[in-house]
Amino acid sequence: MYQYDQYDQQIVDERVAQFLDQTRRYLAGELSEDEFRPLRLQNGLYIQRHAPMLRVAIPYGLLSSRQLRKLAYIARTYDRGYGHFTTRQNIQFNWPTLESVPEILAELATVQMHAIQTSGNCIRNITSDPLAGVAGDERVDPRPWCEILRQWSSLHPEFAFLPRKFKIAVNGAASDRALTQAHDIGLDLKHDEAGKVGFRVLVGGGLGRTPVIGKEIAAFVPWQHLLTYCEAILRVYNRFGRRDNLYKARIKILVNAIGIDAFREQVEAEWARLKDGPSTLTAAEVDRVSAHFIEPGYENLPDEDLCLRHHLADDKAFAAWARRNVRAHKRRGYAIVTLSTKRRDAAPGDVTAEQMERIAGWADEFSFGRIRVTHEQNLVLADVRRADLYVLWHQVRAAGLATPNIGLASDLIACPGSDFCNLGNARSIPIANAIQERFDDLDTLHDIGEIEINISGCVNACGHHHVGHIGILGVDKNGEEFYQVTIGGAQGNRTAIGQVIGPSFPADEVVDAVERLVETYLVHRNSGERFIDTVRRIGVGSFRTHAYSGRQAEGKQANG
Amino acid sequence: MAKLIRNGRLVTDDWQIVLSNDAAVTALALPTGRVIVPLATWRARRDELRARPDTGVWLDGADDPEDLADDIDRLTLIAVRFSKFSDGRGYSLAHLLRSRFQFSGELRAIGEVLRDQFNYLKRCGFDTLQPQEGRYTDAQLEASLASLADFTNPYQAGAISASPLFRLVRRAA
Repeated sequence: MYQYDQYDQQIVDERVAQFLDQTRRYLAGELSEDEFRPLRLQNGLYIQRHAPMLRVAIPYGLLSSRQLRKLAYIARTYDRGYGHFTTRQNIQFNWPTLESVPEILAELATVQMHAIQTSGNCIRNITSDPLAGVAGDERVDPRPWCEILRQWSSLHPEFAFLPRKFKIAVNGAASDRALTQAHDIGLDLKHDEAGKVGFRVLVGGGLGRTPVIGKEIAAFVPWQHLLTYCEAILRVYNRFGRRDNLYKARIKILVNAIGIDAFREQVEAEWARLKDGPSTLTAAEVDRVSAHFIEPGYENLPDEDLCLRHHLADDKAFAAWARRNVRAHKRRGYAIVTLSTKRRDAAPGDVTAEQMERIAGWADEFSFGRIRVTHEQNLVLADVRRADLYVLWHQVRAAGLATPNIGLASDLIACPGSDFCNLGNARSIPIANAIQERFDDLDTLHDIGEIEINISGCVNACGHHHVGHIGILGVDKNGEEFYQVTIGGAQGNRTAIGQVIGPSFPADEVVDAVERLVETYLVHRNSGERFIDTVRRIGVGSFRTHAYSGRQAEGKQANG
Repeated sequence: MAKLIRNGRLVTDDWQIVLSNDAAVTALALPTGRVIVPLATWRARRDELRARPDTGVWLDGADDPEDLADDIDRLTLIAVRFSKFSDGRGYSLAHLLRSRFQFSGELRAIGEVLRDQFNYLKRCGFDTLQPQEGRYTDAQLEASLASLADFTNPYQAGAISASPLFRLVRRAA
């Protein structure tokens, strides 16, 4: 993975010093709340319900064991012993004090980490495929390009006060695992006919209040022009994006207002002046960064391990885990292991300091000291020898991270909701746990098969509810929590925004509604069909009818 | 006389800024001496003002620097007004004035200009930073000069260096 050189380190160190002084001046009354707000947000610091919340960047979801140990140390020293992995491959600490944040940032800088631009109206953490470099369907490794974008976007002087936040995702595989269609800029790495690397560029996607699928602005931008092309998009957006209404300030609103063709024309006109200019990437720079992402020292291993085969045959629990939580690796004899944070007694994405240290240890012992974070809020050990799986599984299970549910109903995505977040209208975690409890039986879970349930506690959609096969959105109606349910949303190559099935449900009915949606699927499914396939085939009608059958008194219904 | 920062130093300055860009101002008598007028005034009274050597023009975030394209070589001062410090359009205007329009005179940030944005403002091409009168004490303004140097070797190309870091230095592999 990327290692800072003196310049990277200097920038992060100077950022820490800058924020230390800003915090000092704020506490001394020299900076007003309004003046301090964007400064702290651009260092990841929110003022939340219970305490400040600090969001630390995990660039494109890649961590070293050393970094994870530092996160464990921070969780233990400055927080209440845990951290929350988010849907944008970041980690959040919910309980630090404002005064301690500069010190935390200084701690992070010692392991080449930061919280730069994890919030605020600026370019946020670059996200990508958690299986970069190890998946068999990869065309181009996205990680060097993510790092190049991380550097370009970090402390960019022109784009720190955009109309609204700006998210960039990069995918380099046949299957999009980076949600590129739901980002302000989605980059899809590909080869042109001559075999040269470049990007298909999508713009104006995003979830939130107004969910929109990104539109193609360029079919192929050669790699040299990545930064100048992005710069052109950002400049047009910075100048012409709406600033009069917070809810209409994302780039998707601008693109929709003037149309993708007119927007493209403006970008191309701006780009024409930048193209081949000094910000054009050089082969030397791409090579320099790429050298950090060469393959680890894989051994030549046999395809199958005899012991493993025995364990799979003899140990049902291990076999169930291996089936769900272990994926094929591009390299013979290796496997990709997903550690599930999803259990009925924990918030999705929450990991304790003890677990972080155990994971760091497994990474060192079994996976070249590296860990990845997924936008589904799980962690991945990407390079495990198949022969080590059984030993690893015992340890993972003992640490409570081996729920064999990856891709199943209980592997749901949820934001922290109003239990922690100031923006939340409703709680997410209790609903998530109640659904997990409802689908706790492993046989049932496996019979239902692959389904993605995403929960957001408010319209900002951190829980990506729009792209859940079943999406649940918390809304506040006269001080009471209600939940709007959508179905048919999807991530990946066929990204789709879910359709609202009808009036929202009170908190005590939403889990029943989810169960009825699943029942409808079980009744109608053809053999081999996943939940989402059935929804696509038969439409929302039957699902809606059954979801609202046998509801309690009409008086409890809310409109919309 | 206003106190402001020019090329990294505290100086006093006698340019007067005509802030109101109402249509009415186009008919007003301008103060004598060096004066910075709104773009609307400049456009309405261009012939008269071009004859006056000490006239500068200020742009609002929504203004188009293209409107000054024909005057770039003549103007010695262009200001960009930040109505709110969080309105970042002025950074792009500065970039355009310096790069596309090759403006080489004084580029001044006015309005809500705060210490914690000095470094970014400078890197986008502003050489003069004029915080609102009364926002900072003399001592605070003196101390604020340090913020100009918040980042020694930023990644991006900009007014300080025409090339991004990866073209400037040999970076360790």
